Amino acid sequence: MIPANFTYHKATSVKEAIALAETHGEEAKYMSGGHSLLPMMKLRFATPEHIIDISKIEGLSYIKEEGDVLKIGALTTQTEMEHNANIKENYPIFSDAIKLTADPSVRNVGTIGGNIAHGDAANDQPALMLAMRATVVAEGTDGQKTIPIDEFFQGFYMTALEPSDVLVEIQVPKAKKGSGGAYNKVERKVGDYATAGVAVHLALNSDGVCQEVGIALTNVSAVPMRLDRGEELLLGKKITDDLIEQVGVMASEDCEPTSDLRGSEAYKRSIVNTITKRMIRLALERAQH
Amino acid sequence: MKHTITMTINGAPVTAEVDSRLLLVHFIRENLDLTGTHIGCDTSNCGACTILLDGKSIKSCTYLAVRADGAEITTIEGLAPEGTNHPLQQAFHDQHGLHCGFCTPGMILRSVDLLKNNPNPTEEEIRWGISGNLCRCTGYNNIVKSVQQAAKEMQNESESV
Repeated sequence: MIPANFTYHKATSVKEAIALAETHGEEAKYMSGGHSLLPMMKLRFATPEHIIDISKIEGLSYIKEEGDVLKIGALTTQTEMEHNANIKENYPIFSDAIKLTADPSVRNVGTIGGNIAHGDAANDQPALMLAMRATVVAEGTDGQKTIPIDEFFQGFYMTALEPSDVLVEIQVPKAKKGSGGAYNKVERKVGDYATAGVAVHLALNSDGVCQEVGIALTNVSAVPMRLDRGEELLLGKKITDDLIEQVGVMASEDCEPTSDLRGSEAYKRSIVNTITKRMIRLALERAQH
Repeated sequence: MKHTITMTINGAPVTAEVDSRLLLVHFIRENLDLTGTHIGCDTSNCGACTILLDGKSIKSCTYLAVRADGAEITTIEGLAPEGTNHPLQQAFHDQHGLHCGFCTPGMILRSVDLLKNNPNPTEEEIRWGISGNLCRCTGYNNIVKSVQQAAKEMQNESESV
């Protein structure tokens, strides 16, 4: 399979990328790892006339803690995250997700920024970002701007990014004592998109009371979704088995899955319930450690 | 639109004019006649097209040739000097790690990257490590044994150096 004709442009800086995008308008698409976009182009689901390659831009691949946040450069590959000592030690939610995302060769190329900017509710990172209440940093014609993750995902493959905006950085709260997260998904075979997935982030105070909670779901809605009702139930309380059971039920009720090759709607609602409960328990265990 | 690209393939410099949309696997097979790199699924699932780009395994069916400008590429043909076997090639031979052989070049190049990052993997780590490479003949057991043999030999080699 060969993509439809297009013109390739290599950007060597964010400014150059934005200028190219301005010149070519709606017919241009940025490509970082290209492991979501190029398959779509080969299948002719996407036929951009111009591809602006941002993967060679220097300085957008890093993982560092500054103040209260963990900053991840948009071009950091999933493999770089997987092997990063700080991520392995302190952010198990990322390790959970990355191990289940595609396969090692794809992760060698696929980037964290691309996984989010693609705006696909089937991708794994959006749920993590919602759970951790990430901030997206983008650069456009008017300079840099920060976008809260709750404003970022707007529709099916639609995000708050303007066509010429480059996603440059992801910020998530720095891991601290009493915080923990977890992610899992059910997949038909290794490396598949999620049949359903759940990300949970928790922070407890010294009395074990839930001070921060984020619960988000993968591939059971058109837009990556936050489980508002479940979060409200847990916030400010000690998390008990009874509360976990209730949140599991809420997740199965509030998700919006459709029947497809990966399973029926009823099956997906059922596994969302189970994965939600398991991930709250695992996040809790990690937060208490 | 044509682009001039220069890269190193199996140690030799190559310069070519390519279309924007030419896929790296087609460039390797059709322009360079290196047909050891196979096309299986063509959708980045099966791993038959796996090569090393700057030392990392990638699926060359899902990579534009133009993006490989400046890269150093290794295909199965360049893994060991002519007439010799890389420890992984020898191990796949010794352990019957292949039947039809279609997945083998990809399996071996993926395993090179795996062993570089994890020289002494557990069986589980090997199975996760090659999870993006499909074999439809062997049931994987002999492939895992091959990678285990190669890991052992490559460690012995590096210790004796």
